Amino acid sequence: MATAPSAKLTPLLKDELDIVIPTIRNLDFLEMWRPFFEQYHLIIVQDGDPSKKIRVPDGFDYQLYNRNDVNRILGPKASCISFKDSACRCFGYLVSKKKYIFTIDDDCFVAKDPSGKEINALEQHIKNLLTPSTTHFFNTLYDPYREGADFVRGYPFSLREGAPTAVSHGLWLNIPDYDAPTQLVKPLERNTRYVDAVMTVPKGTLFPMCGMNLAFDRELIGPAMYFGLMGDGQPIGRYDDMWAGWCMKVICDHLGLGVKTGLPYIWHSKASNPFVNLKKEYKGIFWQEKAIPFFQSVSLPKECSSVEKCHLALAGEVKSKLGEVDPYFIKLADAMVTWIEAWNMVNSPGEKPAMTSLPNATSKK
Amino acid sequence: MSLSIKDDEIDIVIGALRPDLTSFMNEWRTIFSRFHLIIVKDPDLKEELKIPEGFNLDVYKKPDIDRVVGTSTSTIFSGYSCRYFGYLVSRKKYIISVDDDCYPVKDNKGILVDAVAQHITNLTTPATPFFFNTLYDPFTEGADFVRGYPFSLRSGVQCALSCGLWLNLADYDAPTQALKPEERNSRYVDAVLTVPARTLMPISGINIAFNREVIGPALLPSLRLGGEGKFRWETMEDIWSGMCVKVVCDHLGLGVKTGMPYVWRNDRGDAIASLRKEWEGVKLMEEVVPFFQSVRLSREATTTEDCVAEVANVVKEQLGSKDPMFARAAKAMVDWVKLWKSVGSST
Repeated sequence: MATAPSAKLTPLLKDELDIVIPTIRNLDFLEMWRPFFEQYHLIIVQDGDPSKKIRVPDGFDYQLYNRNDVNRILGPKASCISFKDSACRCFGYLVSKKKYIFTIDDDCFVAKDPSGKEINALEQHIKNLLTPSTTHFFNTLYDPYREGADFVRGYPFSLREGAPTAVSHGLWLNIPDYDAPTQLVKPLERNTRYVDAVMTVPKGTLFPMCGMNLAFDRELIGPAMYFGLMGDGQPIGRYDDMWAGWCMKVICDHLGLGVKTGLPYIWHSKASNPFVNLKKEYKGIFWQEKAIPFFQSVSLPKECSSVEKCHLALAGEVKSKLGEVDPYFIKLADAMVTWIEAWNMVNSPGEKPAMTSLPNATSKK
Repeated sequence: MSLSIKDDEIDIVIGALRPDLTSFMNEWRTIFSRFHLIIVKDPDLKEELKIPEGFNLDVYKKPDIDRVVGTSTSTIFSGYSCRYFGYLVSRKKYIISVDDDCYPVKDNKGILVDAVAQHITNLTTPATPFFFNTLYDPFTEGADFVRGYPFSLRSGVQCALSCGLWLNLADYDAPTQALKPEERNSRYVDAVLTVPARTLMPISGINIAFNREVIGPALLPSLRLGGEGKFRWETMEDIWSGMCVKVVCDHLGLGVKTGMPYVWRNDRGDAIASLRKEWEGVKLMEEVVPFFQSVRLSREATTTEDCVAEVANVVKEQLGSKDPMFARAAKAMVDWVKLWKSVGSST
């Protein structure tokens, strides 16, 4: 029997949640999000030229990290953090000290629901994370913990407690998250369909995780959210979130954690150049044909009882099984190990919070 | 409606558990009237059926059922299971079946939902069970596969079963509805999605459609509760049948979709009164779900009939000793396959 937590007010979690935003240009989009984000601490990861000044609207409490900070804080381990790709955002996950992370792209705005009301995406993500997932058996009325819904006839009572939710994957109205070939064929297609559902991605099922509108429980799954080696000096781009999603889902399935997808929607405003995208994705389109069967069949040893151990075991499998597809995967597997080392280094007990070095980046409120 | 599907490829099968079908048929008239209907009267129902004029239909009552399958076998078609007789005698490729207390709904834009057309669309566009598409059905207008979806999986597989949903009275079990007597489902979710391979779910018989040619024998009357009654709260037959169907589909590489179309399900019955009867079913599911999750069929099972026979065997071996209900269900499944081969197959 599912209780309805939204009958009470959704907790703000303002001291327990960090908003991580990768950016290369400016953060004007925050103005629209102000009513929803202003109470939260932001971690801004500045990609690209560190000497460029990023303008943050007044009144936000934030820390900004540029490449110099990444190098200074991680030292040689900074090699695992991508450069010139939004994959660098996972550095924000690493340095955060909060329980929950919400990450959003700087071209994502507040969407409206069919009634015209502005959607508080963060609130919905929190609802998703604070209620269980139904990983073992699909509920045909979708998330049974939502108000007005429940488990359907035939759903065993012993499975109704569900599993803890580790990840909440939101969607996008307007510009859909298509790959380059699809964008080229359908440049004008816009997602106008508001699907009023949240659902659990069942155990054993993989999905393409988009990093544009994503929240997760950092304590439960943080070290698995490694966004890979992309961008400058790498043969591939636009697969950072995909890679993290496949690794994360395998680990969640192994550890009995849940992943939800569906609401909330944000409004995705910017269509990236499909020709540029095609160049970035090109190898990925071939490699994913190998990577997917790999992730679908990989199994982690029972002894892997923590996310870190799972990720390391997965890195070993990537190296041995995908290494023969391309040497890139060997580099990636090594980077996955470096990531865990970096995670443990920064997050070991007694470690001071990672400080930024630039005057424009000190906390403001 | 897909232009390539002719109306005469479709049968609409209605199990009549209540005698007066007048308002039911009239509400569905604009949607049903172009199709052939098979109405099967619950053999336990004593009153005469009242059916309005203007439909192309065949009605089967107890004497007809007795004549086709014999009086000893006809008991399997009691109650909600009467619809399976309709599946058995149909010779059409697609079957759509809704409960006789369900009416058409209007969607979010206020347009009447043609549930038949939506089911047919679901059945005639591919399913994508091997990888989850976050924008749901990629074959629907205005949607597509998202970034990160492998190209080799984009042609999908044939969809064998389409499971619709219900507004107003959702298909809850008796304890749930009894605890929330006022709760009604008012959320219209504008999506169809494929249930991933090896993911099981409770498949409700209230609003379904299937490709009879491909999966017909797998929808079967077999699990009957000791106290099975005439309200959905008092049955598990469709849930059991649905688990078999999903296991068979997963094995044969066929797809199952869930979501739209919605139907409006009228208030009927008393959940608290049904509590005692359905508790049996609720307890059973604790065994049934882990069991079906563990079933693996052999490589030699390449037809639906073979698959059903194998499932029956595993049911008998693994569940038969736990409860005589399962042993009876296993036998009923074996008998069904024989019945399907003799009566159900096209001549």
